[in-house]
Amino acid sequence: MNQPKNSIWVFADYRNYFQNRVTLQLLAKANDLASELDAEVCAVLFGYETDEYMAEYIAHGAHKVLVVEHPSLKQYSVEKYTALMEKFAREYQPEIILIGATSFGKEFAPRVAKCLDTGLTADCIGLEITADGNLLQIAPSFGGNLIAEIITPDHRPQMATVRPGTFKEIPHNDYLRGEVVRLKMPKKMPADRLRLVAYERQPERDQRLEEAKVVVCGGRGMGSKSKFKKIFELAQLLSGEVGATRPIVYAGWAGDDTLIGQAGKHIKPQILFSFGISGAIQHTAALTDADFIIAVNKNPNATMMKMADVAVVADANQVCSALIKALKERIQSKSD
Amino acid sequence: MLKMVVCIKQVPMVSELPWNPKTGTLKRELAEGMMNPACAHALEAALQIKSRHSGNITAITMGPPMAEEVLYEAIAMGADDGILLSDPAMAGGDTYATSYILARTIERQCPNFDLVLCGCFTSDSETSQVGPQLAEELDIPAAAYVEDFEIKGRKVRMQRISDNFLEIMELAMPGLMTITTRSYVPRYPTLGSLDEAFEHQQIKTFKAKDLGLDLKTIGRSGSPTRIINVYSPTAEKKNVVLKGTAKKVVDDILAGYGDKISGVIGKDLKKK
Ligand SMILES: Cc1cc2nc3c(=O)[nH]c(=O)nc-3n(C[C@H](O)[C@H](O)[C@H](O)COP(=O)(O)OP(=O)(O)OC[C@H]3O[C@@H](n4cnc5c(N)ncnc54)[C@H](O)[C@@H]3O)c2cc1C
Ligand SMILES: Nc1ncnc2c1ncn2[C@@H]1O[C@H](COP(=O)(O)O)[C@@H](O)[C@H]1O
Repeated sequence: MNQPKNSIWVFADYRNYFQNRVTLQLLAKANDLASELDAEVCAVLFGYETDEYMAEYIAHGAHKVLVVEHPSLKQYSVEKYTALMEKFAREYQPEIILIGATSFGKEFAPRVAKCLDTGLTADCIGLEITADGNLLQIAPSFGGNLIAEIITPDHRPQMATVRPGTFKEIPHNDYLRGEVVRLKMPKKMPADRLRLVAYERQPERDQRLEEAKVVVCGGRGMGSKSKFKKIFELAQLLSGEVGATRPIVYAGWAGDDTLIGQAGKHIKPQILFSFGISGAIQHTAALTDADFIIAVNKNPNATMMKMADVAVVADANQVCSALIKALKERIQSKSD
Repeated sequence: MLKMVVCIKQVPMVSELPWNPKTGTLKRELAEGMMNPACAHALEAALQIKSRHSGNITAITMGPPMAEEVLYEAIAMGADDGILLSDPAMAGGDTYATSYILARTIERQCPNFDLVLCGCFTSDSETSQVGPQLAEELDIPAAAYVEDFEIKGRKVRMQRISDNFLEIMELAMPGLMTITTRSYVPRYPTLGSLDEAFEHQQIKTFKAKDLGLDLKTIGRSGSPTRIINVYSPTAEKKNVVLKGTAKKVVDDILAGYGDKISGVIGKDLKKK
């Protein structure tokens, strides 16, 4: 087989492996892009004793894993990782580098882009290849309800960050084959000017909202904090979880762990109830995996109504109350 | 005496602005501006350091002329002076170009600075890229998403949560931090202090040429990324539309989808 001309790199963000699937999701997307570019997909991994991750990445579609292992890389270090990424990207000249938008990724990617004198698009919701072979970076933009298509025409590599949950991973496949390429830790590394003194793993963030089968999501159309309480009541009746839009979280009607969207959680419920939500792209970007959407809005032309399976043109607050009442009657009638 | 620089962006007060479908641009002129929340937290952090260690704070903003409002606000809160970078040639730049301009300004106007503070993100673009890129431009160490810090000699000891880890780190000065909105709740400027800020003209305004910036390196021409298309998302589904009183639509929902809901939640929803 011929060696592919190009390579697409995915930063291997293996910390919190079991919760953080973004690296696997990016490997899948990189495979789509690679088929159009005659490219190979490389996971780029910095760490120490990381064999299990290498195997995982290959089983999820990495054609190659480029690895630097060294005891001094045991903990994530933005300075060391940036220096390594810069050095090896200059050497190997990848066409594209994709990085998950974890806290670390959001801190690391901009610095790599700056060092490599190239562009970086934050929080892409889509990635494609244009007719002339550029990476099309599709991202919500300008704080408005708009989507921008962005390219990096004259600089390489082309770089993008992507929020966890945006793309789907390739299921684990032990038959997939890949090559592990070990790179030498450079003798000279820049002095650490940022020193990790101590760290502590936080309790696992609970994933109930991300995993919920039913989500009841409320927006500004619910009217007030006291009326918004009905969202909680309805969610409880439906054995579901509560979601909210950003204005709701800012106003303190619900906690910031309920935020659904670009800046919050990506959900995949079997049924999503959406009350009084306009459907701004920063919110709907996180709803792409919702199976069935019932939206209630006064305005039949709201974006949220257009993407719903059932669009209910009515007052959100009244429908919420009526639904609570009807469910209470029906759920109780079972034990009659 | 600590020399601190706080980078502040003015952002629109409303997050949903009308836009012009012909040009694909936001009607920003309809928006009232305010200080980006995370920037206000960064300024508050600087003010608390100043009151404990004695120091000097310069607020810098790049934006249209009206962005000077946030500098007056910053001075009213307690910053010592403000720098407005305003030039049509700077407009339309991405974070690469923005961080370049901020870095050159800081080097020229605030030499020997100890600390640069940024917000961890802006509410209008939320890239979180400018802070880390500014640190690279200035070639100083940096930490993002800092929640709390204190100064110890020439070091900054800080605490932050990064992914699932609580991290305590030490940063050598001069350095840069981006501050979250979880701590350092910003103070309100008093009306009197605002008046005073307007009276004392402590704001310097610069254009690209005043800073000796090459026009090729700023604004759109200095940006590696290009926006080639902007559109409004249209997610159209063939859907069922229900109308009527709340009671009627709820009856319709339960008649049409009651079984589906019942199956998912594992509760019987049949009328008795
Ligand atoms: C960088 C950035 C990141 C963002 N990230 C997120 C994010 O992660 N998550 C998020 O949600 N938002 C996010 N936003 C904000 C987003 O752009 C929208 O402003 C927000 O989602 C709107 O929330 P909403 O639908 O509740 O409010 P609105 O847009 O005000 O919509 C209210 C809706 O309720 C309807 N309504 C009003 N009264 C009634 C009534 N009585 N009965 C029925 N319907 C009624 C209206 O017709 C309208 O459609 C972000 C914005 C930016 C700039
Ligand atoms: N135009 C600007 N002027 C001054 N500071 C800015 C500007 N844009 C971004 N910043 C700083 O960079 C931080 C992060 O912005 P962003 O990368 O846009 O999310 C902000 O909180 C500011 O501290």
